[in-house]
Amino acid sequence: MLLDVQNLETWYGPIAAMKGVNLTVAEGRIVAVLGANGAGKTTLLNTLAGVIDPFKGKALFQGAEVQGLDADEVARRGLVLVPEGRQIYPFLTVRDNLMMGAYARRDRDAVARDLEKVQSWFPRLKERDAQHAGLLSGGEQQMVAIGRAYLSAPKLLMLDEPSLGLSPRLVQEIFGIIRRIRDETGTAVLVVEQNAAVALKHGDDGYIMELGRIVAADTCAALSRKEDVREAYLGGREAEGLSGTAQRWKRRRTWR
Amino acid sequence: MSSHLELFAQLTANGIAVGSIYALVALGIVLIHKATEVLNFAHGDLLVVAAFSAWALIDKAGLSFWLVLPLVALAMGVLAYGLDALVVRRIVGQPQFAGVMLTIAIAFMMRGLVSMGFGTESQSYATPWTGASTEILGVTVADLSLVIMGSVLLIAALLWLFFRYTRLGIAMQAASQNQLAAHLNGVRVKRVNSLVWALAGVTAAIAGIFLAPITLVDTSLWLITLKALAAIVLGGFGSLPGAVIGGILIGLIEQYAGVYLMHGVKDIAAYLVLILVLILRPTGIMGEAHGRRV
Repeated sequence: MLLDVQNLETWYGPIAAMKGVNLTVAEGRIVAVLGANGAGKTTLLNTLAGVIDPFKGKALFQGAEVQGLDADEVARRGLVLVPEGRQIYPFLTVRDNLMMGAYARRDRDAVARDLEKVQSWFPRLKERDAQHAGLLSGGEQQMVAIGRAYLSAPKLLMLDEPSLGLSPRLVQEIFGIIRRIRDETGTAVLVVEQNAAVALKHGDDGYIMELGRIVAADTCAALSRKEDVREAYLGGREAEGLSGTAQRWKRRRTWR
Repeated sequence: MSSHLELFAQLTANGIAVGSIYALVALGIVLIHKATEVLNFAHGDLLVVAAFSAWALIDKAGLSFWLVLPLVALAMGVLAYGLDALVVRRIVGQPQFAGVMLTIAIAFMMRGLVSMGFGTESQSYATPWTGASTEILGVTVADLSLVIMGSVLLIAALLWLFFRYTRLGIAMQAASQNQLAAHLNGVRVKRVNSLVWALAGVTAAIAGIFLAPITLVDTSLWLITLKALAAIVLGGFGSLPGAVIGGILIGLIEQYAGVYLMHGVKDIAAYLVLILVLILRPTGIMGEAHGRRV
C-alpha cells in the first residue's frame, strides 16, 4: 500500500477536527475524499503533508511513518500537496513558480522533461511563461499549483479542493488533467472535494467524511449508486418536491 | 568652473557616496524584513561591530585592509546567521511588536559588548584610498568616495543577479511571498531565512568597514539604522531598488541641507523627509501599487 493512514487524529486547541481516520491509497489509484464544509477534509491533507502535527495515529507512506514530520521533509519524500487556495508565488514568473516545485531535485534532465510535460498538459502556462503568476486567472493559478506539485516528482499527489472557485468547464478540464497525470505517469492521487459529482466521476476509490470521521468507504462507482450518497451529495431527490424534502429530515442516514 | 557649481558638484559626489552606504544598510534591513517580517533595529549595531573589528584587525593587529574586508564580512555573516538561528527565529508567529522589542534589545546588548571589548573611545583606521583624491571634470573627489560608490553598485548588481537567476535566490523570494507554499515545495524555510540574515550581515559589514573611515569608528554609528529607515520609507517600503534609490537621495538631501539650509538642519533632514513622505506619499517612490490592504 502506498499510503496507509491508521487512526489519525488532529486537534485544533480543544477541538478535535479529525477523529480516528483510517484510509488507504494504492499505487496508481485516484482516491476521492468527499464531505461538506468543516468535515475535516483539509485537516486530513494538511496533517498528512506535515503542515499540522497529529495528536495521535500513524500515517505510513511507502512503509515509513511520516506523521509529525516537517512539511519540507514530507514533500521531499514524494508526498506532495496542492494546498487549498492554490498558494502560488504572486511576484515570481510562471516558470519560476513551476521550477520551485523542483527545488529539492538534482536531476536536471528529468526536471526539464517534466517541465515540458506540464507545459503540454497546460499549454496556456507556456504562453504566460514570463508573466507574474499573480496576474493569472484563478483557473490558470490552479494549473500552476498542480504543475508545480508535479515537478516535485510526487509518488502521491494530494489535491485540496482543486475545483474551488472555478467554472464548471474548468473543473472538468482540471479533473481531466488529473486523470491524465495518473494515466501517463502512474502517479497516485488523493483528492479532497466538495464537488462530489465530479470527484465520483473521475475517482477510483472514495471516502466520505462527516464531522471528522470517515463514514463510508467504497469504490467511487459503488458510492455514487448509494441512496444516501445520492441524496446528500448528488442532489438525487430534489425533483420530488416538498414532501420529499420534509421526509429527508426524518430519515436517518446509514451510508449503506 | 564657477565656485558655486564646483561646490554643488562636490556635495553631490559626497552625497552619493554617503547615500550609497545608507542604501547598503537599507538593503540589509529590507532583505531581513521581506524574509522574516522582522524590522531589524539591530542592523546599525552590526555596522558598529564590523567597524570596531576592522579597526582592531587593521590598527592593532596590523593586517592588510584587503584581508580584513573579506574576513570581517564573513564573520558578520556567521554572526547574523547565528543571531537568527538561535534568537530571532523563536519569535516567529509573534506580533510585529515582539520583533521590534527583541531587535532593540539585541542592539543595546551588542553596543554594550562592543564598549566592553574595544573601549568607549572613538577610533579610526586607514584604507588604501585614505587621503588620495581624483579630479573628475574639474571636481575633486576623494578616492574612497569613488570606491564606495563602485562597491555598492557592484553589490546591488550582484544581489539582483542572485535573486533573479540562482536557485537559492529565487527560493528566498518564494519563501518571503508564500511561506506555506515554500515549505510544501521542500524549501527548508528556517534555514533559508537565516541565510537571508547572513546575506544582510555581510552587506552590513561592508557598509560598516567603508563608513567608519569617513566618519569615525564609534558606537554612535548605529544611528545609521534610523537614516536607513528614512531611506526605506522614501524608496517605498519593501522594495529593494527603492531602498537603493531612497538611500542615495537621503545622502544627497543631507549634504545639500548642510550647506544651503540653516545650521542644524542637516542632522534632522532625514527625519523631516521621513515625516513628509509618510504624510504626502506613504507608498514611497517605488512602493508596490497593489500593496496589502489588510
